[in-house]
Amino acid sequence: MVKQKKIISADIFTTPLRVLYDAMVSVMDFVMHPIQNRVGVRGMAYIFVLPNLLIFGIFILFPMILNFYYAFTGGPRLFPQDRPFVGMDNLNRLFTCQDFLVPNSCREDLFWRAATNTITFVILQVALLVLVSLMTALILNRNIRARGFFRSVFFYPVLLSPVVVALIWKWILQQDGVLNALIVSLGGEKLPFLINADWARFWVIIISVWAQMGFYTLILLAGLQSIPGELYEAASMDGAGSVQAFRAITIPLLMPTMLVVLVLSLIRAVQAFDQVFAFTGGGPGTATTYMVQYIYTTGFANQTREFGLAAAASLVMASVLLLLTVGQLRLGRTSNLA
Amino acid sequence: MLNFLTNTRGKNRLAFSDVATYLYLLLGTLLMFGPIIWLVISSFKDRTELLRFPPRFLPYQQESVTVPGYDDPLQMFTVTFEDGTTRELAQVRRVGIEAQMIDPAQPDEIIKVNINQRQPVESVYFSVENYTNGVTRFNFWLYLGNSVVVTVAATALTLLVNSMAAFALSKYQFRGRETIFGVTIGTLMVPISVILIPVYLVITEIGWNNNLIGVIVPGAATPTGVFLLRQYMLTIPDELLDSARIDGASEWRIYLQIILPLARPALAVLTIFSVMWRWNDFLWPLIVLSRTELFTLQVGLNSFQGDLQTQWELILAMTVLTLLPITVVFAFLQRFITSGIATTGMK
Repeated sequence: MVKQKKIISADIFTTPLRVLYDAMVSVMDFVMHPIQNRVGVRGMAYIFVLPNLLIFGIFILFPMILNFYYAFTGGPRLFPQDRPFVGMDNLNRLFTCQDFLVPNSCREDLFWRAATNTITFVILQVALLVLVSLMTALILNRNIRARGFFRSVFFYPVLLSPVVVALIWKWILQQDGVLNALIVSLGGEKLPFLINADWARFWVIIISVWAQMGFYTLILLAGLQSIPGELYEAASMDGAGSVQAFRAITIPLLMPTMLVVLVLSLIRAVQAFDQVFAFTGGGPGTATTYMVQYIYTTGFANQTREFGLAAAASLVMASVLLLLTVGQLRLGRTSNLA
Repeated sequence: MLNFLTNTRGKNRLAFSDVATYLYLLLGTLLMFGPIIWLVISSFKDRTELLRFPPRFLPYQQESVTVPGYDDPLQMFTVTFEDGTTRELAQVRRVGIEAQMIDPAQPDEIIKVNINQRQPVESVYFSVENYTNGVTRFNFWLYLGNSVVVTVAATALTLLVNSMAAFALSKYQFRGRETIFGVTIGTLMVPISVILIPVYLVITEIGWNNNLIGVIVPGAATPTGVFLLRQYMLTIPDELLDSARIDGASEWRIYLQIILPLARPALAVLTIFSVMWRWNDFLWPLIVLSRTELFTLQVGLNSFQGDLQTQWELILAMTVLTLLPITVVFAFLQRFITSGIATTGMK
């Protein structure tokens, strides 16, 4: 703890930098003061929000609206004025299926395969991720030595880039890799980890849990440590066992944190792309092609760039995300009331 | 280790739950660091060693000698003769199952042996060539430069515009404040992957395609950053600002000399997030940048692995170099980073 305080209070403004900073402030002030005299204090507020608002408007808000336009226009051209209006054509194309449970019967079979892949991935990944993170957080919350060290150990992979994570595991899991060597030395046979569709799906989940669990562990641990210790003391005085205390104190008081973890991890899982893309490239076949990769391939990587179709798929994905978030928040509210 | 034993819940004896706890942590440490250690060790192996199955832990290389009269270095073997004696010989050539070998000390006499009689002489050897070759083939310094430019510029821009907006949203009453804040929070959950195509259009219209600015600017107005900083600035007492105003400070001076220094903990957390996001960003630079000389490390590394499917020795070495900078930063700041994220909250 001492070390941490030192870093926070290590004042970068006490050195010559401070002189530089003050000089910069004075120059800025020289420019900004006349402006303030003209627009007034309240006017300055608008000037302060303006840069952020501008970037936000141009690169987030405006594109969100524009996405609708793309979804309802067709053709290979990028610029909106060149794109003919096609109404519901793109959405219809995505939703033309003889049997919605069989991706192959759909006109855009890749979209449906990506959708089903994403759904199974999201459910399994989030479940495993939350479970492992919770377990690790509970263990780190016990009276252990070197908590800070272990916290960092689990957190370290979070910092690694998706491409690096993918390459590390590709190297371990390849046909002649170290994991297969281990299996052979234990008397087994080499397993087709990256060649078999189900194995590839399995490892995509494991790897993303490996890379992300530290982050959620950290949040859950913070949640656990904010539960007052007196509650447990009172419970044990009343004769409650540790299992009872866990059910009556830990679970209900951790619920808000769990909800945050669930929302964040779900949103991230739905968007899974970069790690998988570098790890399997969406394969073998289309076994690990997820929604974002479908959008990326349709809009950017394919020979004919189908912006309209990709935008329509984005729209579908955004709606699902919205539903998920709203649904979970509502769920959280009702469970808090109960 | 003894300290572990004395620090248990059960008095003076090892409770089962404590053993399980430390076992879990030990296994966890192994699972978290094992793959990375394996990567680092593998990155020092030469190609023949990498192709070996089953792999060995440490990198080995067969020893070789230069013998007068032969242009290439000759590989060394330990040969076991029928009478049980062994000699270290250099192989000149191999014909079928027969190898022609010489003693480096007496290069004139050729000894013919069955190839089953010889074992390669090997020693631990760290193949630094993987790194030196990789750096030239991969353009490491160029990609590193691009990544640093993007990360530093984007983080500076993010800190500036987010903190200015957060200041206005937390310390002023003005028309549209609630709307602006509401819309910002509303898009907290909108990932860039959902609006990929229209953002790409905007970039193209502006002419930032194949330009690092096109990677830097769009993600700068992070709703997360605005939210995080605003929540923190709300805790700064208004009286401080009022007394500064009485002393004649302009709003801009208040922002620079009161708000920013006081909001340092929150700014630090946003810096960590921003550096993490930008350094590791993949999808967005992948779309904006198509010219190789503009690639960031992540995009470069991915296309590098696509170009040379089988040259693992170079790929592994470059992967290590790519994860090195962030690892060094983490090693120095880990306590600060983990506690910062844990206390100030969410991503």
